[in-house]
Amino acid sequence: MINFGYNINKSSRIDLDKDLNIAKKIVKIEPSFRTCIGCGCCTSTCSANNFTVFNLRKIQLQINRGELQSIRKEVEKCMLCGKCQMICPRGINTRNIILAIFKVID
Amino acid sequence: MIKRVAVIGGGIAGMEAAGLLASRGYDVLLVEKEQDLGGNVAKWDRLFPSKTPASDIVNKIKLGLSPSIKVLTNRTVTRMIRNNDNFALLLSDETLEKVDAILVTTGFQVFDALRKEEYGYGIYDNVITSVDLERMFASKKVLCKNGKEPKCVAFIHCVGSRDEKVNNHYCSRVCCITAVKQAIEMKELYPTADVYCFYMDLRMFGRYYEDFYHDAQAKYSVSFVRGRLSEAGETHDNKIVLKAEDTLIGKPLKVTVDMLVLMTGMESPDTTENLSACLELEQGNDRFITPADPYIHNNCTHRRGIFVAGACTAPKNIPETLADARSAVVAIEDYLFTYTD
Ligand SMILES: Cc1cc2nc3c(=O)[nH]c(=O)nc-3n(C[C@H](O)[C@H](O)[C@H](O)COP(=O)(O)OP(=O)(O)OC[C@H]3O[C@@H](n4cnc5c(N)ncnc54)[C@H](O)[C@@H]3O)c2cc1C
Ligand code: SF4
Ligand code: SF4
Ligand code: SF4
Repeated sequence: MINFGYNINKSSRIDLDKDLNIAKKIVKIEPSFRTCIGCGCCTSTCSANNFTVFNLRKIQLQINRGELQSIRKEVEKCMLCGKCQMICPRGINTRNIILAIFKVID
Repeated sequence: MIKRVAVIGGGIAGMEAAGLLASRGYDVLLVEKEQDLGGNVAKWDRLFPSKTPASDIVNKIKLGLSPSIKVLTNRTVTRMIRNNDNFALLLSDETLEKVDAILVTTGFQVFDALRKEEYGYGIYDNVITSVDLERMFASKKVLCKNGKEPKCVAFIHCVGSRDEKVNNHYCSRVCCITAVKQAIEMKELYPTADVYCFYMDLRMFGRYYEDFYHDAQAKYSVSFVRGRLSEAGETHDNKIVLKAEDTLIGKPLKVTVDMLVLMTGMESPDTTENLSACLELEQGNDRFITPADPYIHNNCTHRRGIFVAGACTAPKNIPETLADARSAVVAIEDYLFTYTD
């Protein structure tokens, strides 16, 4: 086939039709994973994101939507300090979620 | 014999019901724990969504109270003795009142903002609550502690509501629209000031509420930031630095404001526990009183002859409260009609 230098880009859409089993596995370990209301308190108070970009709210949402690219690299930035857990209005066990992500993502 | 009804709580629900019961020929006793009737609405300046003065509404409802009603202020009920379908109520002044039915209209208390220490209420000079701001609007003096006009004001939604940390899981319903109303009023007073609302969800459920929100954006340039305040700190010159995430952008955000207004939510009054114990009522996990069922018998309780209305069963706005009070009157009338003593 002649290569014209074009190719079809992979869709950038979120695809909820695909298997979202990573999220299901995390919920099994930590049921509060499903209860985030996306308020952003965890991100705003996070010790790790003062200087680097690190967003726990977004990570949780991405996993729930099956957007798993670079999640592993992202969660490695967490220092497990627990500040987010202290502030979360839904009482989510955020540290356990981070640990659960490590467990199921590889 | 003329039937006698005790109404406990002299807010708008209690006053509305007491007036209607009296005009239907019942002998009415209205018990209020504070010095004055009027309840929480008497503390507000202008109401959403019409900006009507709250005092107009309270006074109109008060006009419905006939002189035949026995109003007992500075008192509450401490004990109830049931004798078949009659009740003897012991009041806090040790007097005894005999009645045939009881209506509970004890409303709500405002969340105590001191409990959200990270927001600095009672610690920083320029952190106030929505209730404080109503008082300031009423006195026509909305100023920072140093007497200067605020140039930048932030309103924080959901203070004491939707928050596991203070054991209030529910939404207080009226604080979103109150924030929008107060933000507009702030801009009317100080058109050049920057005004922000920090929200998680905007719950504009009532008629014209969404229009109010639209006006806040289009006419008054109020900025809406989707993110919950995580912490507030004070600068050396008594301004407040806010930390939140702008969740729609996905980046942490900081802003320095002259005045921080906390939209404190509604709670079941602390006294509900004692009252429920003495009247054998049930409270939900949100501590509001639970009616017999949430749809049809929503003014009845699990106890025969004891009724509920207004914000004591859940956060409600004024029209909902008044409609509930009137429907409780119907329920009481039905009940008293069918039973003979
Ligand atoms: C900041 C804020 C602003 C608001 N603004 C508006 C608005 O603009 N428009 C609107 O539609 N709604 C508004 N609301 C809602 C409105 O205040 C309520 O709908 C209304 O107060 C409910 O009336 P109520 O009679 O049920 O309760 P309440 O107003 O709470 O009255 C209850 C009464 O019972 C008394 N009481 C309590 N316990 C006892 C006891 N054990 N014994 C004897 N008496 C007792 C209390 O002292 C009080 O007088 C606002 C609410 C808040 C928090
Ligand atoms: S535990 Fe991790 S995500 Fe939470 S505040 Fe600390 S560093 Fe941030
Ligand atoms: S603080 Fe809790 S509810 Fe808010 S975004 Fe983070 S995990 Fe979700
Ligand atoms: S009405 Fe708005 S501010 Fe009040 S608790 Fe509900 S969401 Fe929060």
